[in-house]
Amino acid sequence: VQWKSDQIVIALLALTLLSACAEKPDPPRALGGADAGHGLILVRTHGCAACHQIPGVDWPRGQVGGPLRGFADRGLIAGRLPNQPDTLVAWLRDPPALSPQTAMPASGLSSAEARDVAAFLYTLDER
Amino acid sequence: MSAERAAPDSLRGWPPPVLDPAGPFAAPLHLLTWVLVGVVVLVMLVVLLTLGVALFGPRAWRKALGGERLVWIGGMGFPVVVLSALLVYGLTLTARLSDAPRPGEMLIRVTGEMWWWRVAYLDAAGRETLQDANEIHIPTGQPVALELESSDVIHSLWIPRLGGKLDMIPGRRNILRLQADRPGEYGGQCAEFCGGPHALMALIVVAHDPAEFAAWRARSLQPAAPQPIVTGGARVFGRAGCGACHTVRGTDATGLAGPDLTHVGARRTLGAGVLPNNPGTLAGWVSNSQAIKPGNRMPAYPVLSGQDLRAVAAYLDSLE
Repeated sequence: VQWKSDQIVIALLALTLLSACAEKPDPPRALGGADAGHGLILVRTHGCAACHQIPGVDWPRGQVGGPLRGFADRGLIAGRLPNQPDTLVAWLRDPPALSPQTAMPASGLSSAEARDVAAFLYTLDER
Repeated sequence: MSAERAAPDSLRGWPPPVLDPAGPFAAPLHLLTWVLVGVVVLVMLVVLLTLGVALFGPRAWRKALGGERLVWIGGMGFPVVVLSALLVYGLTLTARLSDAPRPGEMLIRVTGEMWWWRVAYLDAAGRETLQDANEIHIPTGQPVALELESSDVIHSLWIPRLGGKLDMIPGRRNILRLQADRPGEYGGQCAEFCGGPHALMALIVVAHDPAEFAAWRARSLQPAAPQPIVTGGARVFGRAGCGACHTVRGTDATGLAGPDLTHVGARRTLGAGVLPNNPGTLAGWVSNSQAIKPGNRMPAYPVLSGQDLRAVAAYLDSLE
């Protein structure tokens, strides 16, 4: 089959449109250099699942804090703060500083560690 | 904050702990394991070889195997001799693992509870000097006799790298001897189904250099010393009635039903060896331990506010 150039253009355009449909309008949640895999390890070793149900952690399935399934699609952190990378990293390190009535204590995570955990949490979408 | 590692981690990895003895009471069991495996393989080979000859061998050989003689020799004589020899060998090899405590030997009473371990350090006269839970601290390079008891059902204490496995039977007092040659943490697990969260009944043995052990002991004998910053948490602890089940030496809390919490912040794990121990897991455990270890005897506390929960976790974490 001999393709004409305008046919190729139309096909490419259609593909672009299709891919635009498949992708959701992601908010800017990139954490440059953060390692989501290491984030999951930190989540396990710190026992975050004592309070939260977390995809990727089979046990325990705590019921004190909110379940973290679909966290990447959630609008707010702890129902109070905008779910943005910088805010999330600050929250993971010292929640009471941002919301004095929270039960979630400061984690002792370093800034780099908190970024890794945040990167892991942003892999938790509903799909 | 304590080490962020749950006990079961020290039971994972390669080589598996049963094949990685770390003291003179685990080594004979390791040796016995391989001797048994060797004998079993050898007997299996002999049986298969004989079977092969009986099926496909020359006529004269098959005839020799056909009589009653083989049944008497191979079916009766051989097993009696081999099994008796193995029994005598095994009992001799493991004689010191669980015989009566010697004078001057360090004695620790470990009581199985549903679903945790009460640990009491005894003096020469057999009196309790110190009570702790879910962690057994021992000095390296010397045998330690554990007095095993149970307060409810049959449990079984097993620390694979340090010694044998022995049941804890209500109304009985069994002795299990441990020794660690090097400092370190050695995982253990309840090895007899004891109901509900049996699988979440683990513990850690911490072996210290003798000097370090003495320092640990001196520290542990001190009453609780919370920092002034956590008095809010101490008030919440008192108000919520935690002292009805838990003891914090040096305070009003004198309950005996649950683990002694005088130095809970210094422990490596929470919930009997199953969670890392930090303010976050402490808060989660206090608020709803039932979601973590379903059926355990501590009720959930959905009556505490977030701030109270954080305060009580900070208080417990400070009890080092």
